[in-house]
Amino acid sequence: MFKNFKITCDEATTICDKNQYGEATFVEKVKLQLHFLSCKICRMYTKHNTLLTKIYKKKAKSDRAQKATLCMSHDEKERLRKEFEKLSA
Amino acid sequence: MSEPTAVVHKLEPNKWIDNYSDYLFNYAIVRVNNHDLAKDLVQETFFAGLKSAKNFEGKSTERTWLISILKRKIIDYYRKINSKKGQAEVRMNFYEDGENEGSWIEERVPQSWENEAEKKIESKELHNQIDDCIDHLPEKYAMVFRMKTIQEFDTEDICKELDITPSNLWVIIHRARTQLRKCLEENWFNN
Repeated sequence: MFKNFKITCDEATTICDKNQYGEATFVEKVKLQLHFLSCKICRMYTKHNTLLTKIYKKKAKSDRAQKATLCMSHDEKERLRKEFEKLSA
Repeated sequence: MSEPTAVVHKLEPNKWIDNYSDYLFNYAIVRVNNHDLAKDLVQETFFAGLKSAKNFEGKSTERTWLISILKRKIIDYYRKINSKKGQAEVRMNFYEDGENEGSWIEERVPQSWENEAEKKIESKELHNQIDDCIDHLPEKYAMVFRMKTIQEFDTEDICKELDITPSNLWVIIHRARTQLRKCLEENWFNN
């Protein structure tokens, strides 16, 4: 019965990546755990992945704080206005 | 008692730039992560809006209508980068066929990390290194990865906005993350 649960490293790491967003299904998680029993490399990949997720989340937070203030410059808007007026005339 | 009449919205193109350029620019930049590109998309949206203003039926607000045009521009952009061939192709990490299909390619196998020190995970240098690694991905991988991981959009929303399937999305996320892990290993953790 375990034959259906056997997956490759490519598939295992795909599930692992999906799991970083909490979106792996129960069956996928079982397959992943079974794969870990025999694969040290994918276990390490997962360990790194968990740390990276933490890092990406921190980065997401700091990026969003910066982006909130991003907009077009006054000059860019004026240039756009001129182009736009030409077109609508 | 009279039936409430539906509000008919009107377009006022002469006020678009003042009223909507910031809103549209923000919508675009969180998706494409590039100032000039976002600016161009906003411009194209206004121009396309003006051209098709006569088709506006007044059923939605002006803003909703403009956003729907911008959304189409973003899908067009995604399709364009999706069809680009040959440039910055993502490196394969697993054998694609043969008896080793799906196994790690030897030189791409994850190495153990030397300075996993937690204290470094908030440094500005690391964040810059991540941006650098993301910029080395093919554009579509970078775009989907950023939307999912940095902007933290729902899978469903990304799929709808870019017109891709969830399994499509997970393949892209998988390739992007595998590639990024390797890039950070070489340039940060084991550097």
